[in-house]
Amino acid sequence: MNTCRESMIHYMHAYLDGDISRDEERELKEHLAVCPSCKEMMDELQSAVSFLQFAEPVKAPEGFVSGVMDRLPKEKPKAGIHRLLRRHPLIAAAAMFIILMSATLFSSYNNQQFSVTKQPNLVIEGETVVVPAGETVKGDIVVKNGNIRIEGEVDGDVTVINGSKYMASTAIVTGKSEEIDKAFDWLWYKIKSTVKGLLPTSDTGKDGDSHTDSE
Amino acid sequence: MDELVNKRINEVLKGNHEAFEEIVTMFQHRLYQVCYRMLGNRQEAEDIAQEAFVRAYVNIHTYDQKRKFSTWLFRIATNLCIDRIRKKKPDYYLDAEVPGTEGLNMYSQIAATGDLPEEEVEKMETQERIQYEIGRLPDKYRSVIILRYMEELPLQEISDILELPLGTVKTRVHRGREALRKQMGNM
Repeated sequence: MNTCRESMIHYMHAYLDGDISRDEERELKEHLAVCPSCKEMMDELQSAVSFLQFAEPVKAPEGFVSGVMDRLPKEKPKAGIHRLLRRHPLIAAAAMFIILMSATLFSSYNNQQFSVTKQPNLVIEGETVVVPAGETVKGDIVVKNGNIRIEGEVDGDVTVINGSKYMASTAIVTGKSEEIDKAFDWLWYKIKSTVKGLLPTSDTGKDGDSHTDSE
Repeated sequence: MDELVNKRINEVLKGNHEAFEEIVTMFQHRLYQVCYRMLGNRQEAEDIAQEAFVRAYVNIHTYDQKRKFSTWLFRIATNLCIDRIRKKKPDYYLDAEVPGTEGLNMYSQIAATGDLPEEEVEKMETQERIQYEIGRLPDKYRSVIILRYMEELPLQEISDILELPLGTVKTRVHRGREALRKQMGNM
C-alpha cells in the first residue's frame, strides 16, 4: 500500500468508464509506468471486466413468447371502459354528466308527493283532481302521484304521472293527453320537456299562465 | 426500432392483443438474459422475465412514449429480480441441473449459498465461471455490473433503469469492479 493509491484508483475507474480528462489520463499512465502495484491493480481490473465480456448471449427458451401470452390477464370489458375513460376525458365528462343527470331525475321521480298544476277552476278531492262538468280549463294540466277525472273541457295537454285518468263522456281535451307510470316513460318525458324548455318556442305565452304547486 | 415499438404500443393501447406478442418477440432475449444473469437460474429467469412482460402489458398505459421502452421494461424486470433475490436468499432449487449437463444452474445455486473451493472454480468452463463470479457479487453491484458489462449500456441508461442518481451508479460500478477483481485475483 502506498499513498498514491487513493487518487490513482479513482483515475483507474474513471479511465475504465471513459470518464477521464486528458490530463488525468496522462497522469495515470505516467504513474502506472513507475508503480508496479498500481499497474498490477489496473491489469486485474481490466481483465476482470474483459472476462465478463466473454459471456455468450443467452437466449430465451422455446415457447417463451407463447408463455407470456398465456399469462396475460384476459381483457375485462370493465378494464376496457376504464382505459377508454382515462384516454378520453370528454367521454368521462359526458358519462359523469349522464350519471348525475339521471340521479337527479330519478330522485325527483321517487318524490311521492301529490301535486298538480294550479288552474283556476280545478276542483281537488283528496288525491283526485276534477275538471267539473261544464267548466273549461285553459292551459296544460300535470298531475303527479294522483288521479284526474275530466268531466268538463281542457284547452291544453293533460299529463298524469303515477296515477290514472278518467274521462267522462262529456270530457274534451284539446291537447295531448298521456299517462306516465314507469320510470323510463317518466325519464323520457322529463328529457322531452327539458329539451322543449331549452328550445325557443313560438307559444311562450302558453306556459306563462301555469305553474306547478305542491300540496 | 423505437418508432416501431411505439407503433405497436399504440395498437396494444387500442386493445390489440397481437401487437403485444410482437413486442415480446422483439425483447424476449434481452430481457431473459438480464434476468438470467441476475438470478443465475433458467427456470427462475423464465418465470421472472415472463412476469415482467405481463406487468408491462398490464401497466402499458403508464409508459411514457417519450422515453426508451427498453429502459422501462428493464426497470420492471430488474425490480422483480431484486425482489426475488431478497425473498429467496436461503432457498434452494431442487430441480437445479446436474453438473455436466448444463452445469450453470448448480454452480450459481451454490454461489448463492457459499463459495466453491478453488480447485472446483478452476475446473469451470468460461461460461460457468462468468455466471459464478456474477452470482458472487453483492446484489447492488450485480445489477450495475450486468447492465454495464453484459448489456453494455451507458451509465446514464443504467441510472434511468435502476432509478438511481448517476453518481450512485458510478460508485456501484467502481465497487463492483473492485469486488470482481478481488474475487478473481490473478486469472
